[in-house]
Amino acid sequence: MDYLLTFLPWLLAAVQALLYLALAPLLAGWLRRIKARLQNRRGPSLWQPYRDLYKLFGKEARVATTASPLFRAAPYIVFVATWLAAATVPLIAVDLPTAMVADIIVLAGLLALARFFLALAGMDIGTAFGGMGASREMLVSALAEPAMLMAVFTLAMTAHSTNLASMIDAQLAAGLVLRPSFLFALGALVLVAIAETGRIPVDNPATHLELTMIHEAMILEYSGRHLALMEWAAQIKLVLYGALIANVFFPWGIAQSTAPTALATGALVILLKLLALAVALAISETVLAKMRFFRAPALLNLALLLALLGLLGHVILEVGS
Amino acid sequence: MDQALSFALLAVGLALASSLVSCFAARFPCLLRLVALPVFALAGLAALVAGVVALWDGGTATMTLPLGLPWLPWQLHLDALAGFFLAIIGIVGAAAGIFAPAYVRGIERSSESLPMLGGFTGLFLSGMLLVVLAGDAFLFMVAWELMSLSSYFLVAFHHEHAANRRAAFLYLLMAHIGGLSILLGYGVLASFGGGFAFTAMRAAELTPGWASVAFALAFVGFGMKAGLVPLHAWLPEAHPVAPSHISALMSGVMLKVAVYGFIRFVFDLTGEIQWQWGVAVLAIGSLSALMGVLYALMQHDLKRLLAYSSVENLGIIFIGLGLSLLYLGTGHRLLGALALVAALYHSLNHALFKGLLFLGAGAILHSAHERDLEHMGGLLRRMPWTGLLFLIGCLSIAALPPFNGFVSEWLTFQASLQAWQLDSGVLRALIPIVAATLALTGALAALCFVKVYGIAFLGQARTRHVRRARPVPSSMRAGQAVLAVGCVLLGVLPTAVVALLSVIPEQILGHGLPQATAHGWLWLTPVAPETGSYSAPLVVALLAAMAVAAAWLWRRGVVRRVRRGDPWDCGFAMPSSRMQYTATAFAQPVRRVFGLLFRIDESVETDNKGVLRHRLAVHDRAWTLLYLPIARLVDAGVRRIVRLQSGNVRIYLGWTLATLLVLLWIIS
Repeated sequence: MDYLLTFLPWLLAAVQALLYLALAPLLAGWLRRIKARLQNRRGPSLWQPYRDLYKLFGKEARVATTASPLFRAAPYIVFVATWLAAATVPLIAVDLPTAMVADIIVLAGLLALARFFLALAGMDIGTAFGGMGASREMLVSALAEPAMLMAVFTLAMTAHSTNLASMIDAQLAAGLVLRPSFLFALGALVLVAIAETGRIPVDNPATHLELTMIHEAMILEYSGRHLALMEWAAQIKLVLYGALIANVFFPWGIAQSTAPTALATGALVILLKLLALAVALAISETVLAKMRFFRAPALLNLALLLALLGLLGHVILEVGS
Repeated sequence: MDQALSFALLAVGLALASSLVSCFAARFPCLLRLVALPVFALAGLAALVAGVVALWDGGTATMTLPLGLPWLPWQLHLDALAGFFLAIIGIVGAAAGIFAPAYVRGIERSSESLPMLGGFTGLFLSGMLLVVLAGDAFLFMVAWELMSLSSYFLVAFHHEHAANRRAAFLYLLMAHIGGLSILLGYGVLASFGGGFAFTAMRAAELTPGWASVAFALAFVGFGMKAGLVPLHAWLPEAHPVAPSHISALMSGVMLKVAVYGFIRFVFDLTGEIQWQWGVAVLAIGSLSALMGVLYALMQHDLKRLLAYSSVENLGIIFIGLGLSLLYLGTGHRLLGALALVAALYHSLNHALFKGLLFLGAGAILHSAHERDLEHMGGLLRRMPWTGLLFLIGCLSIAALPPFNGFVSEWLTFQASLQAWQLDSGVLRALIPIVAATLALTGALAALCFVKVYGIAFLGQARTRHVRRARPVPSSMRAGQAVLAVGCVLLGVLPTAVVALLSVIPEQILGHGLPQATAHGWLWLTPVAPETGSYSAPLVVALLAAMAVAAAWLWRRGVVRRVRRGDPWDCGFAMPSSRMQYTATAFAQPVRRVFGLLFRIDESVETDNKGVLRHRLAVHDRAWTLLYLPIARLVDAGVRRIVRLQSGNVRIYLGWTLATLLVLLWIIS
């Protein structure tokens, strides 16, 4: 029985990690569908992203003659690092062992690791598009990463912990309290999420041949299973940011025990939260136009400023009282 | 502990022996490669052993040498702090000793100054070892000057270029101003302590005002050697022009000796720590970290870029030290110990990855004869081993898990996140701003090293001689591999390292990190497990498990073949190597976003044939804001004084007499 008790959380963590894999294409499909509806189109089926991935996995991978071994290794590294980063974010239940293994700083580090290899892969073939995408992606993330860290540090300081599970627990224990610092942090994290997942107005995920593309420019040379891994990793990253925002700022409903009913509620609630966030994202993507690249730093500076204001507001106003 | 001291003395002896043997290299050139450099590597190994034993043992050992002045014999003192820095010197020294023979072989025929290279390299190493081992200020300063002067000759090694001579002179000048400042700082301590021995200084009771004066002098002196902004301008001039293994020693190790001096002086000798010092160190550290990485991004000379990146990393180390001073000054000893350990960890990490990267740059220079990133490209396929090891260095320096740079950055973040424990609202607000700077620095460092690796090792060769690059000899690869293995081990097993390091704050601050390693070797929990934990071995294990799972899933029933073809590139023409992004283009967005911080000269000119030429030069603002005004001031002052120089001996004698009288009058 003890044996089972130590392994049950790990088992749950594994299930949750697999759930990220399974859920990621669904969210992408839902997002596309809502966007299509908002633009008066019927849009593809919800299951289309699954079919796309299946199709790509079945295809032969074509690799440029000028590619180095790094080009073929990169999709696996990007995918695994993104997946592990996602696995540390509580999805349906808190207090999982994966949150102990890697805290929020490690999560940012794993995402940075994935991005590092993504950018290197973009530069490997030696095409102009690849270098351009890599340069832009790295700049956007260089400005977004501090904003993200500052936003989560606000919560970490409140919870006195950088552990995501402890942060969520502290939030649940505090109840529904309106903290100004959290509002700032939430605003910052939303902006960062938009920039990091390559959504409008920073990047356009629907483009394949445009001088302003960022993420697509880096993966232009990929095909077959390599492309599938890259696409899937991008979808996981979207779910990751969604779960982070949903569960850290609005954790209510998440399972705090391993009872089946709690887990079922947790699963249902997070699904609803993610779908609602996707609707909000679809609306903002329909309303906004893509920015010129050199306007994006202004947006990210705003995010950093918001995050810093949140953190300063917290340490000055909320700690003392 | 006495064993450790004897190993350390052995290391000094071997370094001096290597220097002595090199003197005969003019007659027998192969002596340097076959005897002197292996002995040098052995000296590094002995220093490493001494350092690890000293850390493991945790005691102190002292010894009086029969050298020095009659009333002031030189004392050696080895404790955990000194042992740690001995280990840093040792491991990079050993790697440089393994790397160097292949380099020397390349210049053996052509160069006539082999004795100079070998001799001063040995003296340089023994100088650094003696600085760390010194138990009194006198030996410290002698060893410090030995280190500075011998490295001056190494910077000036390729003295046939005027730019190198200028860089060496600048280095000498700055080293002496810094040395003077340190000397004055020790003077303050010695006058209160009544002696030059560190034990006397430690026992002294300083008034707060004089303690701050001593701190300021030490900060300027050691900060100048460590290349902190705005005193850094000599560093990117001097470090790149030395031979690459010397650059590795200078950037990887000599800067750490300055960090050692600062810690010894401020944390150990000065006594009562004031939190205001922490604020000053934090401000300068953050400025150095940010400006260092931004200027590194603007470089396209690989070694110069690495030198600027050293400014950044020393900034990160001083952020850790500043946090530690701040916490200690406000009475939070546990947090002070944590921040100090973070700074020490980063010192070790920086020594390893910067040594590795400089050796990598040396390998490129050796086989492709190229330092300029704009001419490189595709080197990963030409030199796969160097490419792989250099990638490990880039991942480490970009602070990516599970490599070592990440661990020290994680520890620094953990220390800064404890700011809520401080009482003062202003200080609580200051630390998050520093943390934001650190986060920005880390992200920009990743950008910088994507640029380095992507431009140099990926893509296609941009010039013919780079296309013909050959793998370097195995000894060069071995030198890099030693450091790369260190980077990986320090990244994957941080708990063991932190357990060793926590002896240092226990010894000099009286407070260790009891919680950090209390939960087994898997878990690193600096304050408490609830506050934050990181398990690098499990991260690696999970990454591996997920990779295996993924590979297993996709290798079933899927087409496994890979077909080679032309690049797609959106259907444009087959890309040529000239169509690739360049290093300058890669950094252009940064130049634009952070434009105010640089002095940029950019112009488009048309020559008489109607050909457009784009010129771009990014200058360091420290020159125009600090160095040139001071130089002009000195120049103007000297012009006044020069009037005394009449050429008449009698007038000179008169001046001497007058000076003597004035001095006598002051003393009496």
